[in-house]
Amino acid sequence: MAMEITQFLLAAQSADAKVRTEAETNLRQFQEQNMPLFLLSLSVELSNDEKPVESRRLAGIVLKNSLDAKDAIRKEQLVQQWMAIDVSIKSQIKDFLLKTLGSSVPEARHTSAQVIAKIASIEIPRKQWPELIGSLLNNMTQQDKPASLKQATLETLGYVCEEISHQDLVQDEVNAVLTAVVQGMNLADHGPEVRLAATKALYNALEFAQTNFENEMERNYIMKVVCDTAMSTEVEIRQAAFECLVAIASAYYEVLEPYMQTLFQLTSNAVKGDEETVALQAIEFWSSICDEEIELQEFESPESGDSGPPHSCFIEKALSSLIPLLLETLLKQEEDQDQDDTIWNISMAGGTCLGLVARTVGDAIVPLVMPFVESNIVKPDWRCREAATYAFGSILEGPSVEKLSPLVQAGLEFLLNAMKDGNNHVKDTTAWTLSRIFELLHSPANDFSVISPENLKRVLGVLLESIKDAPNVAEKVCGAIYYLAQGYEDAGPSSSLLSPYLTEIISCLIATADRTDGGDSKLRSSAYETLNEVVRCSNIAETSSIIAQLLPVIMNKLGQTMEIQIVSSEDREKQGDLQASLCGVLQVIIQKLSSTDETKPIILQAADQIMLLFLKVFGCRSSTVHEEAMLAIGALAYATGSQFEKYMPEFFQYLEMGLQNFEEYQVCGITVGVVGDICRALDDKVLPYCDGIMGLLLKDLASSELHRSVKPPIFSCFGDIALAIGEHFEKYVPYVLPMMQGAAEICAKMETSDEEMVDYGNQLRRCIFEAYSGILQGFKTVKPEVMVPYAQHLLKFIELVSRDSQRDESVTKAAVAVMGDLADALGSNIKLMLKESAFYDEFLGECLQSDDEQLKETAGWTQGMIQRVMVL
Amino acid sequence: MAPHDLRRPFKRAAISDQQKRRELSLLRQAQNRRNAQHQARCLASSILSLQSSAPESEPEQSDIEIETVPETEHESEAFSKDPDVRRASTLRGPEARKWFAKQLMLPEWMIDVPDRLSQDWYVLARPAGKRCFVVSSNGTTVSRQRNGSILHYFPSALPAGAKTRDGSGSAQSYCILDCIFHESDQTYYVIDTVCWNGYSLYDCTAEFRFYWLNSKLEESGACNAPSHYHKFRFSAVPVYNCDQSGLYAAYTGAVPYVKDGLLFYNKHAHYQTGNTPLVLVWKDENCSQYVIDTDGKGEIPSQQQLVLELQDDRKLVTSDDPPVLFGCLDGDIIEKSGIQSGNLLRFAIGDGGLSFVDGKLEKADLVYLGKSNRARVFADSYSKVIFQFMVRHSPLKMDDLLASINSPDDQEKIPSDIEMVG
Repeated sequence: MAMEITQFLLAAQSADAKVRTEAETNLRQFQEQNMPLFLLSLSVELSNDEKPVESRRLAGIVLKNSLDAKDAIRKEQLVQQWMAIDVSIKSQIKDFLLKTLGSSVPEARHTSAQVIAKIASIEIPRKQWPELIGSLLNNMTQQDKPASLKQATLETLGYVCEEISHQDLVQDEVNAVLTAVVQGMNLADHGPEVRLAATKALYNALEFAQTNFENEMERNYIMKVVCDTAMSTEVEIRQAAFECLVAIASAYYEVLEPYMQTLFQLTSNAVKGDEETVALQAIEFWSSICDEEIELQEFESPESGDSGPPHSCFIEKALSSLIPLLLETLLKQEEDQDQDDTIWNISMAGGTCLGLVARTVGDAIVPLVMPFVESNIVKPDWRCREAATYAFGSILEGPSVEKLSPLVQAGLEFLLNAMKDGNNHVKDTTAWTLSRIFELLHSPANDFSVISPENLKRVLGVLLESIKDAPNVAEKVCGAIYYLAQGYEDAGPSSSLLSPYLTEIISCLIATADRTDGGDSKLRSSAYETLNEVVRCSNIAETSSIIAQLLPVIMNKLGQTMEIQIVSSEDREKQGDLQASLCGVLQVIIQKLSSTDETKPIILQAADQIMLLFLKVFGCRSSTVHEEAMLAIGALAYATGSQFEKYMPEFFQYLEMGLQNFEEYQVCGITVGVVGDICRALDDKVLPYCDGIMGLLLKDLASSELHRSVKPPIFSCFGDIALAIGEHFEKYVPYVLPMMQGAAEICAKMETSDEEMVDYGNQLRRCIFEAYSGILQGFKTVKPEVMVPYAQHLLKFIELVSRDSQRDESVTKAAVAVMGDLADALGSNIKLMLKESAFYDEFLGECLQSDDEQLKETAGWTQGMIQRVMVL
Repeated sequence: MAPHDLRRPFKRAAISDQQKRRELSLLRQAQNRRNAQHQARCLASSILSLQSSAPESEPEQSDIEIETVPETEHESEAFSKDPDVRRASTLRGPEARKWFAKQLMLPEWMIDVPDRLSQDWYVLARPAGKRCFVVSSNGTTVSRQRNGSILHYFPSALPAGAKTRDGSGSAQSYCILDCIFHESDQTYYVIDTVCWNGYSLYDCTAEFRFYWLNSKLEESGACNAPSHYHKFRFSAVPVYNCDQSGLYAAYTGAVPYVKDGLLFYNKHAHYQTGNTPLVLVWKDENCSQYVIDTDGKGEIPSQQQLVLELQDDRKLVTSDDPPVLFGCLDGDIIEKSGIQSGNLLRFAIGDGGLSFVDGKLEKADLVYLGKSNRARVFADSYSKVIFQFMVRHSPLKMDDLLASINSPDDQEKIPSDIEMVG
């Protein structure tokens, strides 16, 4: 029944584009004409050992892609498609796949294991493939089965565990799977391939082992097997076993106590002497323990010490041995590791772990690290100096300010001098350490800084000199300037301290951005991003003229990007990146200068030219720029107010484009925000554009392609539009209100166990309320009766939300406000409805008791509005 | 598992300014949205833009003729309940003044005692002085008199009332208070609250408005002595439940200001622009120097005078809605003096006086005196004419008010949170 498709599969991989396209077309036609048969044919191809490996590979990939997709909507379609296929065909496909696990060709086995897991992810939760686990276990228990089959079976079990939830299996199945996997790790019974597959499968199955980890005997057994495996002779198996230990550290922290002695020994040996891949996992084990303990400390509520899981203080107990172990790793740097962002090695992992340990134990780390710093920082070997600096920089977060600041103050001059060290790595790490110092120990806004007004000049002198150093060093220096400036933001009188240097800082940053030796655009974008922070944090009263001078410089640079010769797509990308950075700077300048009445005219005068530039940028049509220019336009609309009207005829097309950009959903989201800005800027002058905007927003809401994060803000945007155009919103009501009601009903049914969904639900609720508020207020004076038919539904929704214990404060505020709006706008029309809803008294009472002044005041106002309705 | 994907490369702490820009934009937009909705809730747009139309050089002078001195309420017009804020926000100069002139709630004169006085009403001693709207916003405070002209332009401790260093003069918060400026102690006595810190109280009951004012005014520091950021002192006026003791306290109690009659507020009434029977003014010689209207020279004319509007059909009517008919003007007077319909005309009440049938005005003996002062915008209200007539013939006395309140025993105790001690 299956079709012969080998030729097409081979041709689809041909070097000849024509042949390839034709084959792809044929395959697609086949797929469209008869999907079940197409999938069956693919599985036949994959299972047939006589077929070429290339066609089998592609068959497997196409099959897998017919079952799963990254995009959630697409995935759901594929699931439905699979479920619709006739059971007999599906079971044939599954049989071919299971048969392939015994293939002599490793790649076919591997692909088949993946496809089986994808089908399992669809069918097991629906109880449609109950025999899968049994037949896989059967492969394991029969002595005479070849090792290759066992290896493929274990791999399949691992993938299946990764795909499904442990709740999809009954405990007996979980036990059987774990037994099979753990037995597969047994040295005496199996060769390395099987043991490796078993260890990797265990990694995926660990989440299933909760019940087993609660049982001491079973736990002891699993831990013993994993620890034994961590000492295997094969490096890959050791690595896999350590990966299991890392996962166990996170998942089963609270039962680790009895094993810690052994685990310390194992990891310590690995860090000191094992291959790097294994050593990295051993360090990661300790980082994971830190993660757990930091989390326990953060969520530890002082008043009830008994509620959470116990803090076992593993790091504190191991500290005196762990620190020397980690410090040792810092000396194992690679040459040129600072030139390549993708490098991850033992010294980096060690430093990262050291930083986490500092956050876990605080002050206690300092005396253990400082002797290492002091003895190494002056040694002739650059590795020693770099390691010492890195160690110092790593422990700056965690210990108390009191403990650190004398050390930093004593060492600052040394570090500043080290920016002239002969070695690039040392300078790189020194600049990074300075940026950490400024980030963590420099906060004039809170009256604390290791930088005194007197040594600021010296610090800046060094930084502005070192920014001319090699690109990697210059980039770190940008970071240091970034945090240095950040400290002066909103710092009262201290914010003046940076003002005298602002001109020089800005020109150095621009010169840095103009450098051509950066290799890629990283240094340039770091320089511009630092420039943004410098502008943002500057004292506007003292520096407005400097920022005003910066404006034409940046505009000019943005203008020049239009002249870049575009030959390749790479050129286009470069142009786009540069425009993105410059639009970002313009956005920051616009916001800064429009924040005071004195400086706003500077923006208003330049608005025409700025807008022209943005329109030209849109003309170049690169999506990242699109986003940045869009952000900047929002700021400009806010600054110009109703003047923005004159830009609308030209700009509207890009607004439309942004609202239709489903793929780059962030662009779409930002554009939605800009619509709000424009509504507030133009008020009813936005009316001529509303039909177009509303049409697109409604389409966005209805789209299954658009990322869900954009949808709540669209509701808020409806409120913005309604508020701007008042009674003219009436014609959209029949479309918009049902959508709001539908969304409100979705909120009611939303999953409450998933934290992310709870957040999303809160956001959606808040945005729906904001929409109602805008619409009610928009109609209030002119046509409130339009909203009367929707009042009951809204009131019910508010009631529902008021009873939700998981609602966050922003939702509460929006709910209280919209209740006031409802009473304010509809008055006596809703008197009866209010009388019948008993809930609001209690809800208002709760809000009036809040510590949040804003909420209290809103609730007070709402109470007044309701009282007024009641006496009408 | 790739651990270095989980561990944010520690030493390469990237500065992600784009994300920061995005977040700051969202923050700004959320803030702006809150402000916009807040503004809508509070009818702020009008106030802010009208306010910014700079102080006028000096108040419009009006030659007061038949008016009490200082002014009391008598002009009125029926205003729509909700002011057309959007249109008003575009007004400048004289138009703005006119708009403001219409924003005050004007009491009717008490010509008979309302039912349930002790249950449903508050009473307060009205300070003598200039009635005005005080608007604080955007770091300044402006007081506008009833004709819309500006009285003072000053910093105050009201929310948004001064440009202080702590930036409390935020554009979005503002207050509108109904006040009387009392010359001798240079104090604004607050008799009602229309908006407080951005919250509109237009549509709230008097009970709620007084409660709100009581809890907020003191807290704002506006009652403090004048200082650099606070040029005039504000003070609340004691408000009493209108039972026997309350009425007596308002009538005789010592207050730091000169009294000019009593004001009665219905507890359930909203702040309503224009004339309302739910706020009443009453006076006698014990609590006011200005019971009987004086003329431009400050003297009491021998005959009661009044201002009426001439309609198309020669009918003479009051400013009430619906207007009350007082008579018709002779055709030859119209011809001789060249007056037109819509004009406001001044009359004296002749010896024939006013005659009533079943409590309704049947006939008035009007003597034409001439056109009224051009600064007048509205005719007199019915209640004012009748009150003045009663004052001259059979005044409503304090005893009548007290008598209308039942025995003191069945009065509710004054809730202390309502009583406003200035």
